[in-house]
Amino acid sequence: MDDLLADFLTETHEGLVALDSALLRLEKQPQDKPTLSEIFRLVHTIKGTCGFLGLSRLEKVAHAAENVLGLYRDGVLAVTPDGVTLILNALDRIKEIVGGLESGGAEPAGDDAELISRLDAAATGEIGPEPAPAPKPVEVAEPVVAEPVVAEVAAPEPRAVTAPAPRAPAEPPPEESATGRAPPQSIRVSVDVLEDLMMLVSELVLTRNQLMQLARARGDGAYTVPLQRLSHITSDLQDGVMKTRMQPIGNAWAKMPRLVRDLSIELGKKINLEMRGADTELDRQVLELIKDPLTHMVRNSGDHGLEMPEERRKANKSETGRIMLNAYHEGGHILIEIADDGKGLSTDRIRAKALSQGLATEAEIAAMSDREVHRFIFRAGFSTAAAVTAVSGRGVGMDVVKTNVERIGGTIDVSSTEGKGTSFTIKIPLTLAIVSALIVEVAGERFAIPQIGVLELVRVGGGADTRVERIKDAPVLRLRDRLLPLVSLGAVLGLEEPKEVPIGESGDMGFVVVTQVGAHVFGIIVDRLFDTEEIVVKPVAPILRHIGMFSGNTILGDGSVIMILDPNGIARVTGVAGDGAEQRSMAGQATSGVRSNDKTALLLFRAGDATPKAVPLGLIARLDDLPVENIEYSGGTPVVQYRGQLMPLISMTGDYGPPQDERGRQTVLVFSEGDRSLGLMVDAILDVVDESLNVQAGQGRPGFLGSAVIAGKVTDVIDTAWWLRQAGGDWFRASPAQTVTRRLLVVEDSGFFRELVVPALAAEGYEVVAVESAVHALKLRERGEMFDGIVSDIEMPEVDGYGFAQEVRAGGAWAELPMIALTGRVEPAAVARGRAVGFTDYVAKFDREALIGSLAECFNVPVAA
Amino acid sequence: MQTQSTQSSIVDADLFLTLTVAGQTCGVPVLVVRDVLGPQTITRIPLAPPEVAGSLNLRGRIVTAIDLRRRLNLTPRPADQQPMSIVVEMAGELYSMLADGVGEVVPLRSEDSAPNPPTLDPLWREVSKGVHRRDGQLLIVLDVERILTIGGGR
Repeated sequence: MDDLLADFLTETHEGLVALDSALLRLEKQPQDKPTLSEIFRLVHTIKGTCGFLGLSRLEKVAHAAENVLGLYRDGVLAVTPDGVTLILNALDRIKEIVGGLESGGAEPAGDDAELISRLDAAATGEIGPEPAPAPKPVEVAEPVVAEPVVAEVAAPEPRAVTAPAPRAPAEPPPEESATGRAPPQSIRVSVDVLEDLMMLVSELVLTRNQLMQLARARGDGAYTVPLQRLSHITSDLQDGVMKTRMQPIGNAWAKMPRLVRDLSIELGKKINLEMRGADTELDRQVLELIKDPLTHMVRNSGDHGLEMPEERRKANKSETGRIMLNAYHEGGHILIEIADDGKGLSTDRIRAKALSQGLATEAEIAAMSDREVHRFIFRAGFSTAAAVTAVSGRGVGMDVVKTNVERIGGTIDVSSTEGKGTSFTIKIPLTLAIVSALIVEVAGERFAIPQIGVLELVRVGGGADTRVERIKDAPVLRLRDRLLPLVSLGAVLGLEEPKEVPIGESGDMGFVVVTQVGAHVFGIIVDRLFDTEEIVVKPVAPILRHIGMFSGNTILGDGSVIMILDPNGIARVTGVAGDGAEQRSMAGQATSGVRSNDKTALLLFRAGDATPKAVPLGLIARLDDLPVENIEYSGGTPVVQYRGQLMPLISMTGDYGPPQDERGRQTVLVFSEGDRSLGLMVDAILDVVDESLNVQAGQGRPGFLGSAVIAGKVTDVIDTAWWLRQAGGDWFRASPAQTVTRRLLVVEDSGFFRELVVPALAAEGYEVVAVESAVHALKLRERGEMFDGIVSDIEMPEVDGYGFAQEVRAGGAWAELPMIALTGRVEPAAVARGRAVGFTDYVAKFDREALIGSLAECFNVPVAA
Repeated sequence: MQTQSTQSSIVDADLFLTLTVAGQTCGVPVLVVRDVLGPQTITRIPLAPPEVAGSLNLRGRIVTAIDLRRRLNLTPRPADQQPMSIVVEMAGELYSMLADGVGEVVPLRSEDSAPNPPTLDPLWREVSKGVHRRDGQLLIVLDVERILTIGGGR
């Protein structure tokens, strides 16, 4: 069907609905001027459009009716019931013709001469007798009054849901009889009734599950057969009720042709819209939620995707661009493709933009596949449109689409070939009400993971071939030559501390739920797996909505309440999906791996001014992204509640105002010591880089050690200890009181690390002497200085740590002292070598907890943490 | 809720359900109470605010349990003591307030109510609608809506 014609039909339908109600109003109040004007305008519009489209039959009828209405409006003729009936007859005829247009694509043949002559007669003031009893307009007989939004049940064809009208007309207009079709077997049912039915069925499913479980537990054979019947009937009923909620996706597309037509005029492009699979059905709730994102994407395709006609000619394409919407079912989900044959995404432009926006480093981008680069368009504030048009290009868009799609448990992906076009694929569940979910257990608690994202289940440890490995601290799983980042569910949910030893290494067993979010695949580590269950998704209570980890909750067959995990949320919070700045930094952590210790993993961030700031990643306990409303004040200091404790927040700019972040969240670097934590509020996390630190002394600015060139930019290196002191005096003092002050020697060539280690140890109550080389240290020994222990770097100029240890152990006053090696290289070989030369322990640099723990062990001091 | 009362002037709005939390007697209007339940299986909710004890299943509806002891900043309930659930509805959602014990339904006249003493703990003052003297004991009338406002609203 012609796009214009489809538009016309949509408009005319709306007009006719309005006309019906207006005419009935008019009949009651014949002198109501506004109503008369409205009616006149509506009929006039229909007439005008018909003329434009060359629909002569319609035009003639509408014209004759308009004449009469014009006289009514101008007060030349008095409105009489007979007159109104005549107009209604004319409207019925219009509906009839419109119906024929809809089904046949052309005006049906017919003779309107008699009707027109009667209308003309009325215009001249004489109401002719009706030739036959007027067909009673159906809408009068329809007693439905002022319903809420009404859904069409089993509509014979996709058709826009009519707007609520004081008097909703019956959908099958009289044209049905004219064309000889049987009236469609459909009735209108209020959405509320359907919702209630759905809820009741959900409860029934739950009760059925409960009964089945009871029967299984009892093993009572007498119930088996009736229960099975009940089960089948319940399933059938569930399917049936689900079907009543199903609507063709064409309903969401109804406005697309019009949109595309307007777009093509506005942009001067020739666009052809193709829609396939419009009769693919999905739950109306999903349909409502998908409507806006779809509209946005079609708009984007027209504006960004398709080129101007001359450009297309040059590229050897047909002048008319093509946008294709395609919907189909696949495995319990519905897939919607939005494709265009335009210029495709410019990988280079996206790369450049990502770089200039600081979303990734050059090295990272270079390592990305085109597909990964394309996914940058889903980042907030990312738009590559060269110009801002009225249509799109303001940098809000795809991220919103992505968020909306994820909200209904769907995923979105993009594939594009430059010069050939772009295709977006949205995968959404058929319904939000009942989903199939996998039940897992972690730390003794059960959770449900929706099956939509689960790719496979892998058993790790406990004799299985696969095991969890670590790159630095990030657990990974090698699965068929693919390196999967892992997330420990227990740790993410705060149910257990991140395990020292990854699961599967010490012989215990666990499972990895391999999950896909968008194009990202990651594993969720759980303790146990149960079976899958059909669960009824219920929204979580409002006071729990801020926890982004759950998409809902439900009641299991055994009657217990269980939370439903949101893999999107988990990916977002832990960063495994890599679509946000801080998330990528975590990924950076994972890939940074083990490097030589002259390089340090640094977290770059922005706070206050534009100069990037750096802090060694190892000092940070975690990154938090707090909702602003969680920030409270205690004695004028901003604090947040965290696991029942108050965590003070410090601002780097000195004053704390509500963050400018429109997300309403505050990014916080969390430093922990023992059970206390402190948050440093920053504006944005920029990157994680591995750089050798060459700190140039600063101008004595408090809080900064100095500047360094990091990733080609001058960066302020912050003095962590100084900032921690700002949290209040007790940060360092409240450490376990040391009855005997132990004296420590720290040998470390880098001034920067000395700055970090010394305050940390001093905070623990040690008296610390720091020297910059082994040679200096040995001089102290010659002078007769005595210490309780030695902490030494390994890689140092002249004499390295190994040489130093050998020298110490070779004899002299220090020969028996505990010695702890401090290094970035914690490889088994290095550790073995360290032990061989006499180091008592081997600790990773910046692992403050480990260092303090190790020292405590050496001195046999009970450790508080 | 029909309760026989000798005073004919008492209407439902003046009836309160008494409950005890850490020895303190409190009252909530009977009209807001939907159910009173004995000890229930409560599912913990990770990452939830500390006041939220978890959620429980009430005839197929999910009820969010708020621990009154934690909400009112009182000492935690001893492990061997099972809480009672007082189920209330707010904005279409069901909540259960966990108390140590549930007493009886008593009539309280609003004119007998004393305002909150100024020395009352600010947290208590926020959730208290007034104080009644009853059988030589003080009874605090709880503002259920305020009790259920957790996080953000405080």
